Amino acid sequence: MVGKTLEAQRSETIGSTREWIRRNFGSDAIIETENLDFYYGKERVLRDVNLSIPLDGVTAIMGPSGCGKSTLLRTFNRMYELYAGAHAEGKITFLGQDLLKADAVALRRHVGMVFQQPNPFPKSIFDNVAYGPRVHGIRRCNVLTDTVEDSLHRAALWDEVKDRLKDSAFSLSGGQQQRLCIARALAVQPQVLLMDEPCSALDPKATAKIEATTRELAEELTVVIVTHNLQQAGRVSDHVAVFLAGGELAEFGPTKTVFEDPADPRVQDYLAGRFG
Amino acid sequence: MIAKTEQNRRARKVVQAVAFSVLAVTSALSFFALALILYIMISRGSEAISWEFLTQFPRKLMSEGGIYPALVGSFYLTVGAIVSALPFGVASAIWLSEYAQSGGLWVRVIRVGVNTLSGVPSIVFGLVGLAFFVKVLGMGTSILAGALTLGLLILPVLIRAAEEALHAVPMGFREGALALGATKWYSVRSVVLPTAAPGIITGAILGIGRAIGETAPILFTAAAIYKTRLPQSVFDRTMALPTHIYYMATENPMYWKTRDLQFGAALVLLGMVMILNIGAVTWRARVRRRKKW
Repeated sequence: MVGKTLEAQRSETIGSTREWIRRNFGSDAIIETENLDFYYGKERVLRDVNLSIPLDGVTAIMGPSGCGKSTLLRTFNRMYELYAGAHAEGKITFLGQDLLKADAVALRRHVGMVFQQPNPFPKSIFDNVAYGPRVHGIRRCNVLTDTVEDSLHRAALWDEVKDRLKDSAFSLSGGQQQRLCIARALAVQPQVLLMDEPCSALDPKATAKIEATTRELAEELTVVIVTHNLQQAGRVSDHVAVFLAGGELAEFGPTKTVFEDPADPRVQDYLAGRFG
Repeated sequence: MIAKTEQNRRARKVVQAVAFSVLAVTSALSFFALALILYIMISRGSEAISWEFLTQFPRKLMSEGGIYPALVGSFYLTVGAIVSALPFGVASAIWLSEYAQSGGLWVRVIRVGVNTLSGVPSIVFGLVGLAFFVKVLGMGTSILAGALTLGLLILPVLIRAAEEALHAVPMGFREGALALGATKWYSVRSVVLPTAAPGIITGAILGIGRAIGETAPILFTAAAIYKTRLPQSVFDRTMALPTHIYYMATENPMYWKTRDLQFGAALVLLGMVMILNIGAVTWRARVRRRKKW
């Protein structure tokens, strides 16, 4: 029942947060890139990307392998800084702030991430989800318990794990592990959730569950998902950005429009499966 | 034509058999060396070993009695060595593997330093310990000076074991923690270090096994030939197992009367090193089997 109240609270705050963002920034975009270039050493992987991630719904980032789509995702939470020699040029704004100059640790609290391979910690299910809140200084037991339950509900995993929260996260199946990672990311209440090909290691049934969860999450927060799967992008996304080899953004728009009537002939080729 | 091929085939078979035998014999030899040591030690030392041997002080110029004070001294020295060296070893390994830019100048300098340190003969450690800990720092010949010298000796072993253990932690654990807004240090101590702990502990046990058998580093820094009571503080000299064996065999005016006790003490030392090593290796194997990433 605690979950219910929290849920009710959240839908209020989410509504007002979105309202607040619209009022204050006069825009429907939560993340905007301006002339973004990205390099690994001397190799340029993104060129002159201008993209606005809409506040509402799911945005899919697509393109052939090596087009820089995962890199773009990693600029949004500055995870690229883990790799030696990586650097970004240009500008990215997150809620009006210059994201590339912000404090990366503080930023990642607002921009969560789910990785290609499920990467739960070698801890219990409970401790995995409680990890984020603990990072941010929450120690009180009942608050942690509520947050963990609520996050697992939102990731549609609660019913499967409620009796075994103390078990190791590795006792879960691959799909469950990935939903655990989603719950773990949600537990710090991010405004944006980045998903980097979250289903590529999963079977179709687990994939369907993740996709359904993604759709539901989009009601409350902004989801950006990288995928190379056209069908998946069609099923889950509201907007789609198509990149081409060399890191160029070829087309961006509502999924339906891009899929049915792409303006760029190269995107037509890509969607028709002629390359990539 | 066919006969020739048949001949070739047979020649190939012979070469195979010879090569196989040579390799098998070579590897058997290395096992034979261990078996020989064990055989000599057990056949000549096992008679000396009894409860009294382990729990009594030596008597009559070490020609009777036991090795109790040497056992206790070795225990103090080894514990002191691991307690003083492990924090440094783990800290260095964390810096090398998590913080330092890999391939940077400093990292290379330190790596070369660590590798060189592990190649330094142990008598040099003994002399350095004598010059620095005993004289410069004024610790005197003491458990403290001996333990620190031994600590220095096993430092490279600990650093390398800890670094290996840290490298074996999947990158995904670090990414997962950082993506939740953890600082690097928080991710290291909450996820990376606990995951690497079994490997680090295995390295520490192997380090203990190394330290417990070393003679030269404690010869000038900690060892006493003979004491009638146990050490009372870290500034006391102490008897220790390896130096006890050495003194019985060389410094004792009636060294021929101590033969059996020498072999007994050597067997005890060998047994402890083997138990530590076998324990560490089986535990590591068990942890490896259990882990799921």
